[in-house]
Amino acid sequence: MTYAIQAEGLVKRFGATEALAGVSLTAEPGTVLGILGPNGAGKTTTTRILATLIEPTEGSARVGGFDVHKDAHRVRQLIGLTGQYAGVDEMLTGTENLILIGRLLGMSRRDSRARAAELLDRFELTEAAERAAKTYSGGMRRRLDLAASLIGRPQILFLDEPTTGLDPRSRGGLWDIVRGLTDDGVTVLLTTQYLEEADQLADDIVVIDRGQVIAHGTSDTLKSQVGGQILEVRPLRAAEVGNAAAIVGELAGSEPELRDGLIAAPITDPALMPAVVRRLDDAGIAVGELSLRKSSLDEVFFALTGHHTDDIDAEADELAAAAKQEART
Amino acid sequence: MSTATLAPEGLARRVSPGTGVRNVLTLAWRNLVQIKHNPMELLDLSIQPIMFVLLFAYVFGPAMEGSVQAYLPVVIPGIIAQNALFAGMSTGFGLNTDITKGVFDRFRSLPIARSAPLAGRILADTVKQAWSMMILLLVGFAIGFRLETNVVALLSAFLLLLSFAVLFSWTSVYIAMVVNEPEKVQIFGFTVIFPLSFLSTAFIKSTDGIPGPVAWVMDNSPVTHLVEAMRGLLVGGPVLEHAWIALAWGLGISLVFAPLSLHAFKKRA
Ligand SMILES: Nc1ncnc2c1ncn2[C@@H]1O[C@H](COP(=O)(O)OP(=O)(O)OP(=O)(O)O)[C@@H](O)[C@H]1O
Ligand SMILES: [Mg+2]
Repeated sequence: MTYAIQAEGLVKRFGATEALAGVSLTAEPGTVLGILGPNGAGKTTTTRILATLIEPTEGSARVGGFDVHKDAHRVRQLIGLTGQYAGVDEMLTGTENLILIGRLLGMSRRDSRARAAELLDRFELTEAAERAAKTYSGGMRRRLDLAASLIGRPQILFLDEPTTGLDPRSRGGLWDIVRGLTDDGVTVLLTTQYLEEADQLADDIVVIDRGQVIAHGTSDTLKSQVGGQILEVRPLRAAEVGNAAAIVGELAGSEPELRDGLIAAPITDPALMPAVVRRLDDAGIAVGELSLRKSSLDEVFFALTGHHTDDIDAEADELAAAAKQEART
Repeated sequence: MSTATLAPEGLARRVSPGTGVRNVLTLAWRNLVQIKHNPMELLDLSIQPIMFVLLFAYVFGPAMEGSVQAYLPVVIPGIIAQNALFAGMSTGFGLNTDITKGVFDRFRSLPIARSAPLAGRILADTVKQAWSMMILLLVGFAIGFRLETNVVALLSAFLLLLSFAVLFSWTSVYIAMVVNEPEKVQIFGFTVIFPLSFLSTAFIKSTDGIPGPVAWVMDNSPVTHLVEAMRGLLVGGPVLEHAWIALAWGLGISLVFAPLSLHAFKKRA
């Protein structure tokens, strides 16, 4: 089995900052590899190394079977990249942006124009095709950026937080596109801060934190490790919290968390919910509140690392977010 | 699953020279077509030079040389040189915009010549420079400036100016690599190029009467040599003795700033 993407022990230092501290990962051809991690985890740095934009300080990586450093030019003929910050020329129209990429890839004027029209249509940008990209909304820009990375029909596609800042409808649309690509055999590496997104799209998920892989596996194996969903129960009478917690704990198979009368337990099987309701009812416990919700990225991290994402360095994250905001405008 | 399906044989190992040239031309086209959607830039490239010529000629001309007519042979070559220095900053401005907006990353992920994004921009900026110089000369001709030499000298003037501009633009490339927003390239350019162009003979006939040390700086400025050579080519006078010093300066500047830029870029990425 040859991997479409294979990284081994990637270390990247920027001066004193260690952005990556030994990241290894693999992706099989035609699958989606999700890289899940909070701000500053090293998602972008990993993507940039794999897309031949920067060299790792240590370690090596192969994309499409070629070394990203020694055989960078060959790798570039196989990949498409949609970076975290839309790489479109704001002064050019949507059509011109795409024709530019087509021409750079060696396509004829006619072919690049045709391919541009085809992709603009597919991404619902036909109406805005002849407008300068600076007039586009954030979501339109992202779609144009994605279209640009598909011009050359890449075998391997890197998407760095492709849905950050998109509304739910656009997000769903992008998910459909990614699924369509893998149906065509494209390998996709996608970074995200959303557990749900990785869950929806990725065949394999690598969770990184502070430049290190802290977990990897399929969505299901990760969920069984951390609980895919959180069942929350609040008994009407405070006195019954103890009994209720025992029942929930027994069914969920793990010790529930108690917070001001609210019982929360990670569960992997949603079918557990009716069972919990029945058992509580049998025990004569009146339930004031009962819900099932997806566990947040923070809960996944807490389960995996024992620390919450926001106590990593809340301040640094805020600064990074502010800087990012600035860079965007 | 075999390697062959994933990594088809026949992928080129490196960019062929022909492809490299095509990449540069495509990216130069991209930088020029931008003007279509940003008419302000055309204004910048055309109106500003016109305004400068008119203001300098009619406001300073009589005081400097006794009449507008007498001042034109002094000031037209000077403004052409100063304009080239300012225009060189636009190379850095555009480059920094591309880097901060992520456009540069997209280009670098494509199988194109590594130097093409920069070379394409410099080529486009050279075309813009030539346009500005032409506008400046045409305005000059309209208000009484006369070419005292010949067509060959005129073409040589274009060649000299554009060569110097390309070499000098490495300073702005370097600035683009070290600052984090395009506006800073402009601010930096302004604060350096204003004194640089005024501390030369760009707007005066000679440095007579200027205090010693200041005059020395002005006499030895690369801008002075560029301006004097341009004057020689347009209205007559010594050319070679100035041209080679100007070009040597340009070469020296690029030999320092090109490696610095490369180093800064590697560090930044
Ligand atoms: N060019 C650089 N110079 C210095 N430090 C850098 C550079 N690029 C990244 N870093 C640092 O490396 C770490 C990882 O950054 P990276 O951008 O890879 O994170 P990320 O997971 O993509 O985060 P985000 O979700 O905010 O995009 C951060 O601490 C960041 O500050
Ligand atoms: Mg990132």
